[in-house]
Amino acid sequence: MEKQLLKLTVNGQEYELYVTPKTLLVEVIRDHIGLTGTKRGCETVSCGVCTVMIDGMAVKSCSILAVQAEGRHVTTVEGLEKNGKLAPIQKAFLDHGSYQCGFCTAGMLMSCEAFLDENPTATEEEIREGIEGNICRCTGYNSIVRAVEAVVKGDYREEEI
Amino acid sequence: MSQYSVINTRVHNVDGIAKVTGRATYTFDVKLPGMLFGKILRSPHPHAKILNIDYSKALELPGVIGVVTGKDTLGVKQGIWRRYQDLCDEQILPVDKVRYIGEPVAAVAALTEEIAEQALDLIDVQYGLLPAVYDPMDAIKKEAPEIHQGFERNINVTRHIEWGDVEEAFGEAEYIREDWFKCGGQAHMCMETRAAVSSYTPDGKLTVYHSTQAPYYMQGLLAGVLGLKEGNIRVISHYVGGGFGGKFELDGAIFCSAVLSMKLFRPVKIVFTREEDFIATKRRTPMFYYVRTGVKKDGTFCAREAKVFTNGGAYTGMGATALYLTGFFHSFPYRWKGYRYDGYRVYTNTLPSTSMRGFGAPQAMFCSEQQIEWIAADLGLDSIEIRRKNAHYPGYEVPGQATIASCGINQCFDTIKDWTKKKGKLPENRAIGFSAAGFMSGGIFNWFDTPYSFSSAVITINYDGTVELYVGAQDIGQGSNTTLAIICAETLGVKVEDIKVHSGDTEHCPADLGAWGSRQTLMAGNAVKMAAEDAKKQLLEVAYAQSGFNIVYDLDIKNRWVHAIARPERGYDYAELVKKAIRGKDGQRIVGRGYYTPHRKGMISPAYSYMVQAVEVDIDKETGKIKLVDSLTAHDCGQPINRLGLIGQLEGAFSMAAGYGYLEYMPYEDGKLMNPNLVDYKVIRATEMPDVPVAEIDTYEPEGPYGAKEAGEGLTNPTAAAIGNAIFHALCVQMKECPIRPEMIVNALKEKEEKERK
Repeated sequence: MEKQLLKLTVNGQEYELYVTPKTLLVEVIRDHIGLTGTKRGCETVSCGVCTVMIDGMAVKSCSILAVQAEGRHVTTVEGLEKNGKLAPIQKAFLDHGSYQCGFCTAGMLMSCEAFLDENPTATEEEIREGIEGNICRCTGYNSIVRAVEAVVKGDYREEEI
Repeated sequence: MSQYSVINTRVHNVDGIAKVTGRATYTFDVKLPGMLFGKILRSPHPHAKILNIDYSKALELPGVIGVVTGKDTLGVKQGIWRRYQDLCDEQILPVDKVRYIGEPVAAVAALTEEIAEQALDLIDVQYGLLPAVYDPMDAIKKEAPEIHQGFERNINVTRHIEWGDVEEAFGEAEYIREDWFKCGGQAHMCMETRAAVSSYTPDGKLTVYHSTQAPYYMQGLLAGVLGLKEGNIRVISHYVGGGFGGKFELDGAIFCSAVLSMKLFRPVKIVFTREEDFIATKRRTPMFYYVRTGVKKDGTFCAREAKVFTNGGAYTGMGATALYLTGFFHSFPYRWKGYRYDGYRVYTNTLPSTSMRGFGAPQAMFCSEQQIEWIAADLGLDSIEIRRKNAHYPGYEVPGQATIASCGINQCFDTIKDWTKKKGKLPENRAIGFSAAGFMSGGIFNWFDTPYSFSSAVITINYDGTVELYVGAQDIGQGSNTTLAIICAETLGVKVEDIKVHSGDTEHCPADLGAWGSRQTLMAGNAVKMAAEDAKKQLLEVAYAQSGFNIVYDLDIKNRWVHAIARPERGYDYAELVKKAIRGKDGQRIVGRGYYTPHRKGMISPAYSYMVQAVEVDIDKETGKIKLVDSLTAHDCGQPINRLGLIGQLEGAFSMAAGYGYLEYMPYEDGKLMNPNLVDYKVIRATEMPDVPVAEIDTYEPEGPYGAKEAGEGLTNPTAAAIGNAIFHALCVQMKECPIRPEMIVNALKEKEEKERK
């Protein structure tokens, strides 16, 4: 399959790459660009550990072809922190112990971040629905919900970047 | 105010920043120069002779570097029960026959994963099909096909536990009840699938990155199957994406990558797909349980006997331990005058079964705790009080098995009773189910036959007072590194941020049996405490020498402050003391060493946690669909060490245990798993998870560091039974199989209606 030119922006950095048309976005992020914070956990778009944001929207990066991200702005977990300063949702995860093995954490953070942008006053039920596409085998989700609630409540407002 | 300055405070996990910023690198992320990618060809047959493997065409494919089969191995039959040759029965690349669908038969290394995958199609394997058997109750029949040579009726291992005069105790019973149960398997379903990167170099040394719960076990087991010295193998496992009991045996990823790397002298990486993780690792042991229980009319427990047949699948794995523990915990947490357990682990041509969080106890509790609920109902007794009347208490001796030191189960009953009372009357089709349970704090068994102590720790203190803590304990997400850092900081008198924990590397960390059987808080915790005390003693000797105090005064360090306990305001900075102590030792760093091996602690474990759980369940009578509404767990884990970690462990265990109770179903047809993907294999998602608060019951365990014992694994035990009991109270139907599926509830209701009509 012939490779084609792909231009996209990841975490504010522009990239030009040659990829085959069937390359997945997650492969470009992890294998071509080398940002390994984003993980893979299934082949059926079920687990959500590969979730990134594309132009602000949460997308499972195993579910789309890299070429579909042409010209788009992709944000991965590595793009949440700015100059060593953590984003509110990252701080909330730390304070509430919202991760254990950490393998789902990147995808979970991106789902939460996109969801909070969209719905900054979410209720507990809405938060649960917002992360329904992400499996966490360790925490049982409740600590993650508490972290998002803390951000909604404004516990990290003064720290927003 | 707490006597502790670090223990049971809210601290961030020591690896938190790495995990929330994407910096934590797992085996899945490892990339080495010149690395190849491996793929495994798997058997499509449940039972077959391997007649011939021709991989010449695969080698011709551009980009393929090498292929290995069983003939490239030493053919060692391995297993984790190294003391017992009989139970070492698995060649991970079998030489002459396959015993389950998905078993590896060959492995390819290529420049890319894609090429390796294509090459699998070019390998021609000739099989001689053999008759297969999938169900343990069929496999024990005389005419069943033989799966392993020399195991009569395919019985892999048996376990017998007995105390008291069982017949006499049954004779005293005024009511006897017997039931058959069927407990399903469960996939560990770690978010990081099995993964390994092996690199063998011409100096005869092998380095392996592996997603594992026990690096030292991997080192020992690899040495055995590869014919290398343990010391020439380095296993690295810095971050592990979950384990849950499924990652402390050799798996196809580590073994095949190592064999390929030794043949090719290149690093080889193998990562399982989710489907491979489902069909070709191991699973929670499915069990058939027969339980007969005799009680007096006032609810006094007299005798119990249980017969258990487990579906062992094709190989032993950790199944022999699960077979013993299910028998022991089936008696838990109650006193029986007579108790008899006979367990039979049966080989079948299915995926091998093994340990999984709870280690046989969730199955045991599913049967025991439901039957006790039914007995209480049969006799018109209060189901909490019947449990309380027969429960363990501090100082109780389980005959020949265990001595219970700390036990807070009585207070657990009070807490749950109050909570339930406050709930008042519930809507229709909704009820609360109870379940009691307990669990071990690390196993005493040494079937691995290691000469090393069970846990060890080494501490070195730097000139500036920062501390390097080396442990062989493995953090798999349960937070052991944080727990051990807390114990180290508390003991030494410094802050958690002063401690750097080094783990997951056999080259630099002392040997430890690893993360399984809830052993790390108690066993590794004791080792760390001892090492920190050793280092602290060396510091305080210097402090005494220069203090000029009367020797009756005690000196201490707390929050980095060196002081006489009687005059805490007068003191000085701990880092100053470290500098002096190092100078006093002619410049040597302060080194503290600690270890722990249990002695004279019975057959099972040095200490036991206790818990009582209540789960409120709502059932849709039309569809049989279950909704978990609310819950409370009263929990005795001794002194909590890591508060945030404890809450996380409880909530996580609940989600996995509830999944076992009503969602996570593994249906097989002719030896083939029918749902090996995350669309069809359901796990609890955020919307299905109820509130699961924990009420900590205060006890002190003398054998544990600062009074701590197990927390997190035992909490997998009560939930399936509690859900079953809630269904019983809501609908008056008995669920004798788990996971409890909607059609079971609908059918049970239909049956009940038909009976009532008659």
